[in-house]
This record gives sequence, C-alpha cells and structure tokens, in this order.
Amino acid sequence: MSTRPSYFRVLLTFLRNSLVRDMTFRANFIINTISTTSWVFMNLGFYILIFTYTPMIGAGTGWGKYQFFLFLSTTLIINSLIRGLFINNAVEFSEMIRTGTLDFALVKPIDTQFLVSLGRIEWSAIGPFTCGLALMVYSLFRVQYVPGPLMILLYVFYVLCGTAIYYSLMIAMAATSVWLGRNRTLLDFWFYITNFARYPMEIYTGTWGVPIQRAFTFVVPVLVAVNVPARLLVRPLDLRNPADVFLPLFAILATIGSLVMSRWVFKLSLLSYRSASS
Amino acid sequence: MRAQTATWWIILKISFEERLIYRGDFALGTLMRFLPIVTQIFLWGAVFSAIEVAGGGEKRIADYTYYNMIAYYLLTTISRAFSSMPGLASGIARDIRDGTVKKYLIQPIDMLGFLLLNRVAHKLVYYLVAIVPFGLVFYLCRGFFPGWPAPEVMAAYIASLAMAFLLGFLLEATIGMIGFWFLEVNSLFFVYMLFNFFFSGHMFPIDLLPGVWGDLVKLMPLQYLAYFPAAVFLGKVSGPEVAHGLWVQFAWIVFFLVASRIALRRGVRHYSGFGG
Repeated sequence: MSTRPSYFRVLLTFLRNSLVRDMTFRANFIINTISTTSWVFMNLGFYILIFTYTPMIGAGTGWGKYQFFLFLSTTLIINSLIRGLFINNAVEFSEMIRTGTLDFALVKPIDTQFLVSLGRIEWSAIGPFTCGLALMVYSLFRVQYVPGPLMILLYVFYVLCGTAIYYSLMIAMAATSVWLGRNRTLLDFWFYITNFARYPMEIYTGTWGVPIQRAFTFVVPVLVAVNVPARLLVRPLDLRNPADVFLPLFAILATIGSLVMSRWVFKLSLLSYRSASS
Repeated sequence: MRAQTATWWIILKISFEERLIYRGDFALGTLMRFLPIVTQIFLWGAVFSAIEVAGGGEKRIADYTYYNMIAYYLLTTISRAFSSMPGLASGIARDIRDGTVKKYLIQPIDMLGFLLLNRVAHKLVYYLVAIVPFGLVFYLCRGFFPGWPAPEVMAAYIASLAMAFLLGFLLEATIGMIGFWFLEVNSLFFVYMLFNFFFSGHMFPIDLLPGVWGDLVKLMPLQYLAYFPAAVFLGKVSGPEVAHGLWVQFAWIVFFLVASRIALRRGVRHYSGFGG
C-alpha cells in the first residue's frame, strides 16, 4: 500500500470541509457573499461612471467600455480564485509561524506548502467569481469579436497562469514572517503591488510609466497575469505582431519562474523556522 | 477638575508612548498607502488622453482638469489621515462581545473620552512619523497643485480637517455601539466601509456623480470625511458654500455626539456581563 497521499482527494476533502463549515454558519456565509459581491458592483459603478466621460482608457489603445469590462471580468475571476483558495491560508500561515502552530503542519505526512496553501477554502468568493463570468458573457455580446474554442482554452490556461503568479507572490511574502516575526504590512504590500495590474498595461506611458510597466512585467510579473488572458478575449491573436507572440510566451516563463522562486522562498523559510513554543 | 485633567493627560501620554513603539510600521504603511495613487495618476492620464475637446480647449471632467484630479486624490490622503479610524468600531464591538468593556463600567472613566484620547495619541504619533513620507510625496507631486490657497481658505481647510477627525471618530464609535445589541457585526462594518470608501469621495470626487445620485451622496455625512476638505483646498467649494459646509459638518458632529452618548447609555443598560 502506498503511503503517498492522494493530493487530489485531500483537496476534495478541504473543499468539502470548508463548505460544511460555511454552511454551519449559513447566515454569515450569505452576508459575506453579499458584501463581497456589493464590492464588485460598486467598482463596476465607478468604471461605468468613468466611461460616461471618456470613450476609452488611453487614446488609441482599443480599451473601450466593453473591452475594458472584459479586462475587469478577468481581474475579478483571478482575484476571486486567489481570494477563495489562498488569501485566508496565507494570512493563517503568517500567524502559524508567529504562534508556533506551524509545528502541526510540519509533522503531517503531506507537502507542507500544499497543506498551508489550501487548508481553508473560502466559498463566498463564488459571488465575485460569478459576477466576473456574467460580466464577461455580457461584454462578449457587446464587442465585435467572438473568440474561438482555441482562444477560450488559451484564456482558461492563462487565467490559471495569472492565478499562479499572484499566488507565488503572496505565499513568498507570507513566508517572510519567519524572518520578520509579523508581516501584516507585507500582505498589504501584496494588495498594493497587484493594484498595478488592475488596469491595462498600455496606461503606463511616459518617463515614469515605461519603467513601471517594465518592472511589473519583467521583475515582478503581475502585469502579465491579467493583461495576457484579457487580450485573448478582446481581439484575435495576430502571430505577425511580435508583441502578441512574445507576451503570451513570456507569461508561461514568468509563471514557471514565479512558482519556482516562491517554492524556494517557502523552503528557505521552513529551514529558518524555529517553533515559538517551549 | 484638576484631578480629572491630570488623569486625561496621563492617559494621553501613555497612549502616545504605546503608539510610538510601532513607528516603523506606521512609516512603512504610510509610504505604501501612496502606491495606489501612482496607478490613479496613470489611470486618469489615460482617461483624459482619450477625451476629445472641440476647439482644442482644456480637457475637463466635471470641472476637474487632469492636474486637479490628481491633486484631489493626493488631498484625500490627508483627509483620510484625519478621518479614518482603523479598528475603532470593530474594537468596541469586540470589547462588548468578550466582556472587556467591563473595565470602563467599573472604573471611574468615561469610555468615549478614553477612546478619543487614545485616538488623539494614535493620530499624533501617526502625523509625527508620516510627515516625512507625506512631505516627500507632496514635494514630488507639487506640479499637480495650482499653489497655496488664500489664508482664509487654508483656515477653512484646517477647520474641516479637524472636524473630519471628530466626525470620523464619533461616526465609527456610534456604529461600534451596535455591538451591544448584535453579537456579530463584522459584515455590517464591511458594508459601512464600502459606503465610506465610495461615498466619502475617497475613490473619486463625488461631483462626478450625475444628477440625483450626486445630490443624494451630498446629503450624507460621509462626504465630510474625504471630499469636503479636499474640495475646500482646491476651491471646488468656495464663498458662502464653505461656511455653510463647515456648519453642516459641525451639525453632523453634534448629531453623532448625541447618538453615541445615547447608544452607550442604552447599550450599557442592555449589557449583561458574566464571570470574573
């Protein structure tokens, strides 16, 4: 009999247990879902307001109202995946390091990163996720371009890549708790960094904009996380255009690089971990 | 009276020293809070770039030029530095839930006064530490401002900021008192935060809201937490409107002072504490 755990079955157990817990406090779950969904509607209201004053985000960029809503829906989908699967776990991971309860995760016969990253799933993220999907379908009907099955498959793939890039950044930052003791500010930092990816990369122009665009594309690749999948929905991929080839290829490289880097930081943090208990 | 003043002074001093411990966290947190402004600068740059104006006149959105818009966002960070009260309402609700509130009930000390002094100390330390990052950012962004306003406008601006602090404190304290009646109030606080973020003018100048929506939002007290001080500084509110706005802001402070006192008195009557 194999002693190696089935990661898929463990993940299913996490999903089921989290759902059971959420359903135990059903009213809280419903209120949570409503509040996170209201946040989405408020944000959408802000962008609708912006488009009453301008036809486009950036002159000549092609990000008109419904193209931008496709971008926004991609942001919503990636953010709700991160929120549902990882945010609570990353915060909890920092706390585990600080209080010493990480010991319990370390002695379990399963990969520690897997355990601390997915132990608690927040089902209320399904609210903004559904809003993202609905906004995407609505906007697709409004734009002239209809993406084919291959584009849709590529879109799903790049959404997963974007989620992996965000996750890597988050777990690496949470792992630094080992050296810093407490890092609430660093998790805030994650929100502020990913804030740069909330808009199309074309908005970063000029003397300051270009270095920002390059830094958040090549050094901390958060800009490719949303921009690459969103572009696939907005216009057909033109293989003669170097940017249309380079950026999707680079996104794959950035995803692998981010995952490897975060795994390295995570393992390094475990090596430096000293239990807080006596 | 003298003994009472001495007590308040000691509370303020202790809170001040307690908060100074986290000065590094304050400074780092303050600098980070300016990061979203960077994206706002580029977002609004992109929005303004796509607007077409007949005759090549200056591009404006609801009477805001691009420079006005960025200056507005920078000024709201100052308004928020005065009016935001992180953890106040949830702290009060938590104290009620876990029974810590008893310490205010059995000691000869006023809960609201104690919390206010605590916040004054918190803000004083915050300004002391944050003045460096604030100074740096405002110096770098000085090109977005038309210059210093007239002395009377500056006086009105300072008054609106001071009242924004009091209004922010009393509003959150009143909301926190709901904890006397309901056990779990975090979701309610989230809704309040949401409304606060959008309708205080933190996310965008509320003059951008069209028609009845703009009128409705301007009836709320939330605009005095971020929008109003910034609008006074930029001259978006001027003449008799400034005095009128300051009086309305003051009236809201009185309203929430009375509301928080009533909520505290009734809440304490409703409260049951068990165990030691």
